[in-house]
Amino acid sequence: MKGLRVLRPGPLSLLQDGGRQGWQHLGVSPSGVQDLHAAAWANRLLHNPWATPLLEVALGDLEVQADLDTWVAVCGADAPLTLDGQPRPLWTRLPLRQGQRLRLGFARSGQRVYLAVAQGFSAPPVLGSVSVQAREGLGGLHGTGQALQVGDCLSCRPAHFEQRASVPWPYIPDYRCKPLLRVITGGDAASFAEDQLQGFFAQSWQLSPLSDRMGARLIGEAVQPPARQWSLGVGRGAIQVPPDGQPIILQADHQTMGGYPLLGWLHPLDQSRLAQCPAHHPLRFTPVSIGDAQAELRAFYRFFRR
Amino acid sequence: MIRLEPAGAEALLVVLAEQPDAQLPPRIALLAERIRAELGEELTDLVPGWTSLLLHYDLTRTDHLQLAERLQPLLERWLAEPSAMQAGRLHEVPICYDGADLVDVARQCRLSVAQVIELHAALEYRVGAIGFAPGFAYLGELDARLVLPRRATPRTAVPAGSLAIAERQTAIYPHSSPGGWHLLGRCPWPLFDVTQSPPCPFALGDRVRFRVIDERAFITEGGRS
Repeated sequence: MKGLRVLRPGPLSLLQDGGRQGWQHLGVSPSGVQDLHAAAWANRLLHNPWATPLLEVALGDLEVQADLDTWVAVCGADAPLTLDGQPRPLWTRLPLRQGQRLRLGFARSGQRVYLAVAQGFSAPPVLGSVSVQAREGLGGLHGTGQALQVGDCLSCRPAHFEQRASVPWPYIPDYRCKPLLRVITGGDAASFAEDQLQGFFAQSWQLSPLSDRMGARLIGEAVQPPARQWSLGVGRGAIQVPPDGQPIILQADHQTMGGYPLLGWLHPLDQSRLAQCPAHHPLRFTPVSIGDAQAELRAFYRFFRR
Repeated sequence: MIRLEPAGAEALLVVLAEQPDAQLPPRIALLAERIRAELGEELTDLVPGWTSLLLHYDLTRTDHLQLAERLQPLLERWLAEPSAMQAGRLHEVPICYDGADLVDVARQCRLSVAQVIELHAALEYRVGAIGFAPGFAYLGELDARLVLPRRATPRTAVPAGSLAIAERQTAIYPHSSPGGWHLLGRCPWPLFDVTQSPPCPFALGDRVRFRVIDERAFITEGGRS
């Protein structure tokens, strides 16, 4: 089996794809990439189909050695990229020759960097997806939900392109800026007191260091929630308000059901931006209509040929 | 009255009742089956809740307005049907009642250990929902004499196969996980296995009975001590 040999796995590097769809009725979390924008660009640069398996590297510090000639693209968090010690640009399709070492340093801004390879990494799908779900022990190179380890081989095939290509600069986010994240209000929003909803949108929140791939936890002035609901299906981006008034925004590894009151949903394309925020980053929210959010999301899917 | 509400940009929530009841899970299962057949690939996931169905849909094929229109006849037909109890498949699940909290549960309920086992194994339960973790089926309703709140301090690791109770519900933990329920016993069977089809033996609305087994039978039925 040929591919990229893992010399340094980084603190949390996970094989991901479009997620495990169609099993939520049995309690299986969908998972999938946290930053859809960066992952979609990495695959597009390599002419890979939508949701081709790639590596989500949290924080950076990854080193791999190729044992075949292929092409790669690295998008997302601003981590210094080198091939055999020579600096290379992110958001760009690059040749990687047999024997060459690709190294990613620690990210200077952003939290997750995506390493895609031409035609994707191959691994045995579990319930239709290779996405790692660590909590449930599903997916990854060995099917058991493990993060990347030293000595692993990211299996891929030889590939060739005629020339480099890069993402046009307006599509490259600056993860240092303070994001204004858009929210489709709904769910139990009508049951919240008016001043509590206003309080949510008026203040600047902080991202809690306890956040993970399951949920982004906010720290700020408490929002008083209405009464708890009978547990129901919940989706990515849902903004739950538990009794302590500190909202939790569900992310890729979210549970399938929940009972906390919901204030609304984060715009799907802003979930990508949230996924790149470090702990303690300031976050503000603003309402968006469902129609606008859907129109923008449809255009995004069309562009990336979902 | 059935309510349909968008749940973000790519999901539609169908609220079927204001309160859960014993008839609802098998009826929701029936409706879910019809919706799957009707919508096919427009649907990416369909998650039953205690009183609702959440439809995750593919926005490149449809949206909440189109779905609401397509669902209308299905929902009207479903509402008009007599709410006769749907059968649901029956599972007889072996349990070795030797859980870590058995004695404590008996004390708190002012019962003997034998009475706790007898009361728990006497009833037929319904799968009311599946969630929390893969294959974790909420079974109801528990005998009123066994109702206890969740443990004050959840365990960081409940062993896989643990049969547990909390409030009006009982369940088996398919995998080791943190949990705050009271442990009554152990089931020797794997309850979530991705190599099986389906990976989980239980479906919403199914019926479950528990068969009391001893330690020896637990081992012969595939359990690990």
